[in-house]
Amino acid sequence: MKNQYDAIVIGGGHNGLVNACYLAKAGLKTLVLERRDLVGGAAITEELVPGFQFTTFSYAVSLLRPDIVQDLELTRHGLMILPMPNTFQPGFNGEYLFLGGNSDANYHEIARHNAADAEGYKELSHLIERVSFALQPWMDRVPPNPVSKHPSDIAEMEEFQQYMDALEPKVKSLLEKFINCSAAEILDEYLENDLVKAMIASSGIIGSRCSPRSKESGIVWLMHKLGQYDGVLGDWGFHKNGNGGLTQTLAKAFQSFGGEIRLNSAVRKVIYADGAVSGVELDDGVCFNADKVVSALDPRRTFQQLVDPADLPNDLAAAIEDYKFNGTAAKVNFALSGLPQFPGLEGRRDIFQGFVNIGPSIEYLETAFADCENGTYSRNPFIDCCVQSVIDPSMAPPGKHVMSCFVMYAPYHLRDSDWATERESFGDNTQATLEEFFPGFSDLVIHREVVTPQDIENVTGLSEGNIFAGELLSSQMFFNRPAPGWNQYRTPIEGYYQCGSGTHPGGCVTGGPGKLAAQQMLADTAMRPAN
Amino acid sequence: MPKKTPFHDCVACFNEPQIWKHWSGYLVAPNYQYSIAAEYYAIRNSVAVLDTSPLFKYEISGTDAEAFLQVALARDIRRCQPGQSQYTVWCNENGFVLQDGVIIRLADDRFLLTAAEPTLRYFRKLATERDFTKVQINDVSQAYGILAVQGPLSFDVLAPLAPHVSKLGFFDACESSIAEKPVVISRTGFTGDLGYEIWCRTDDAGTVWDAIMKTDADYGITPIGTTALKMARVEAGLLLMGVDFESAKFAWVDDQRATPIELGWGWMLRKLKTDDRPFVGRAAIENKIADKSGRFATVGLEINWKHYQQVHTEAGISTPLHELYFEQTFSLYKVSDTPYDYAGFASSLLFSSLLKKIIAIGRVPIECVKVGTELEIELSVIRKPVYVRAVVSKLPFFNPVRKTAMPEAT
Repeated sequence: MKNQYDAIVIGGGHNGLVNACYLAKAGLKTLVLERRDLVGGAAITEELVPGFQFTTFSYAVSLLRPDIVQDLELTRHGLMILPMPNTFQPGFNGEYLFLGGNSDANYHEIARHNAADAEGYKELSHLIERVSFALQPWMDRVPPNPVSKHPSDIAEMEEFQQYMDALEPKVKSLLEKFINCSAAEILDEYLENDLVKAMIASSGIIGSRCSPRSKESGIVWLMHKLGQYDGVLGDWGFHKNGNGGLTQTLAKAFQSFGGEIRLNSAVRKVIYADGAVSGVELDDGVCFNADKVVSALDPRRTFQQLVDPADLPNDLAAAIEDYKFNGTAAKVNFALSGLPQFPGLEGRRDIFQGFVNIGPSIEYLETAFADCENGTYSRNPFIDCCVQSVIDPSMAPPGKHVMSCFVMYAPYHLRDSDWATERESFGDNTQATLEEFFPGFSDLVIHREVVTPQDIENVTGLSEGNIFAGELLSSQMFFNRPAPGWNQYRTPIEGYYQCGSGTHPGGCVTGGPGKLAAQQMLADTAMRPAN
Repeated sequence: MPKKTPFHDCVACFNEPQIWKHWSGYLVAPNYQYSIAAEYYAIRNSVAVLDTSPLFKYEISGTDAEAFLQVALARDIRRCQPGQSQYTVWCNENGFVLQDGVIIRLADDRFLLTAAEPTLRYFRKLATERDFTKVQINDVSQAYGILAVQGPLSFDVLAPLAPHVSKLGFFDACESSIAEKPVVISRTGFTGDLGYEIWCRTDDAGTVWDAIMKTDADYGITPIGTTALKMARVEAGLLLMGVDFESAKFAWVDDQRATPIELGWGWMLRKLKTDDRPFVGRAAIENKIADKSGRFATVGLEINWKHYQQVHTEAGISTPLHELYFEQTFSLYKVSDTPYDYAGFASSLLFSSLLKKIIAIGRVPIECVKVGTELEIELSVIRKPVYVRAVVSKLPFFNPVRKTAMPEAT
């Protein structure tokens, strides 16, 4: 039958593609429907200026679950994650912190600022690594259902509790602090120097409406430490040709498993009747049939746009209504005629071999957040920069560079204005900040792309421009992602599933939601008696 | 960029093979000559100088210093009088070893400590938690260089420069001067031989070095690298963190941790029954002693010479011995009817050129601790595993009279 598939995946972002790969690999005739003219969702690379590859949105990778790489044989299809060995944190008055891949060298670099901190940093890093290790198994399995009374669910909850209880007290205590405390609070316990603290604290605010001193920043920080680079927990890498390179790899893997991708195919709604799904309908009225449909979109779109929320049970409908997005981040991407210069370290290329963190003190970050709470973008923003062409020279013409800047805070709702009005002044403000730390920066700018939270929403579909498809609050993680009891990828509609970053383990390009949803779908299929 | 020690410019010109490695972020030479054996014999036959400046150095002072160290260190600091030093160890609350180090007591209220890993923050935090208000703990790692002068002729080299050394017994220490530069000299070292360690101010390193190297008599003073030192310390039965044991601080599980008793440092705790020192880890250690829950012991191992030679001869190759020193571990098995009856492991396997023995540090289950216990060690010959007989022996393997005797000028 025409337009008949075993499974339809709505949305060709990284999770949709991972999900589709697993389904296709299991032998299902699988169709990916993508609204745009390219797959990748928020993980795309675009040549905006000839020769310059821009990572419009997502720009680094760490949490991608290692078993996905193995299961889908991604290296065969072009996976190449390049190391980002260094981190550069400019401070005020020419101060800086430059950390790399050697712990002894890092010790001395931090000891320049504070010898006790050099020790505290090592101790904290070690403990974080152990917390991350402890959580790894839970990143790779369907989380227990906390509300179900089914004996197997109760047993799983007990298993989880026992696992947590058995952790070494030091590890458990830090884990609890991550969940309950601010990043600043945890850092105060181990460190004194503000520059060192600020560098680490930035992991606790990425993409989230919180500051280092907000209670929510602990878990955001932890989330960013749950990945790995070649087994080094918490380390980050950079996919060749940006995260668009990663999603292109996934697309190739999907096609190698016999999957089909249809671009320019926005889904208007999921078709279901009598509590069971039967297919989808596109904006142009074309329909596709399948008894398995999975949404890789965020929870708001999955439950309020693709289906009628009135058809959902009250608890789920209410939870989705309450689910918080609060996009607070923007991107400003540059094509540059040369490398930015840091006073005193002119000509140094190695300082750009990783993240460059503009956010020189906790107070700086707090002030930036205060602007956000006031309904404006930060006058002195936090900027997570990455001159990707230093790591992957093929992304810019010889001698020239592309620089991705993740800029905070940029609240989705501006109090007295809108993003269409503010776009260029926001870009100017970001550029002026970079000019402060890298004098002469503006002279290098060949092209500038400003991506506001509004743009993130419009282009990728992520509600309110939240890069994680929903905030990383403990009330929205693990058991509760996206809603208590609806955290196992199923929905109330039989055959309709969710696999976006709004499900466990969440955002940060883990691919976990796509994989785990596929496992759930395949297990459900196996259990259902054959017709 | 790696850092340079205060002696770097002094030693750099001696580095014949031009190989540098990193020790705690500092440039050091694994060996200065092509012949590591020649450096090793300088330790045992003449005099060796070694730059140990990369060690972390702390000054602990104040009226609470002794009381604080009674808590921080597992060995009784009261037995270290001014003018003495101690090989010591410190543990975590669970009684597992964090680090070992040497502490010098210059005065009632002033101590110098060396450590392989940073411990400033830990000690300061401990002092605060335990309410020691009158103790200052300062990182003086950058302020001083340390030069080890080791070997039978080390006294002869130093005596004319710093007459104080003639009064220094084993593990004594004093403030003195060399070439009019203030130094602290302790009769310590990591070689198990007669030897001294000299602390000097960073800016004085060149002057002190020149004075030592220009001593009138030709004693064959030989700059040595870290490899020769590490070989000599196996003979001396001295364990190396990262090779023979791990610091509890950065271990993930207790299997990677060890108590002082398990590491053979029970002698530091000999008076435990009669004293009431409130040191960190005491309760846990006492519990472990009471319920006999020690998991293993640290022993010497001598590999059976004839058997070692035989397995190589049978394979058709000559027996490898020269400069043989390994830092990886080798599995041990009991000699029993049960195949592969695991009995711990050996680390720091060394062919002692002096003793003409193949020796190692063994970590064996309690039932194998008795001297003379026969074991098998898994080695490889032409990349095939072989099981060579070994016997448990006492540590140290080498313990010359001159190590502890009062030296007389030759």
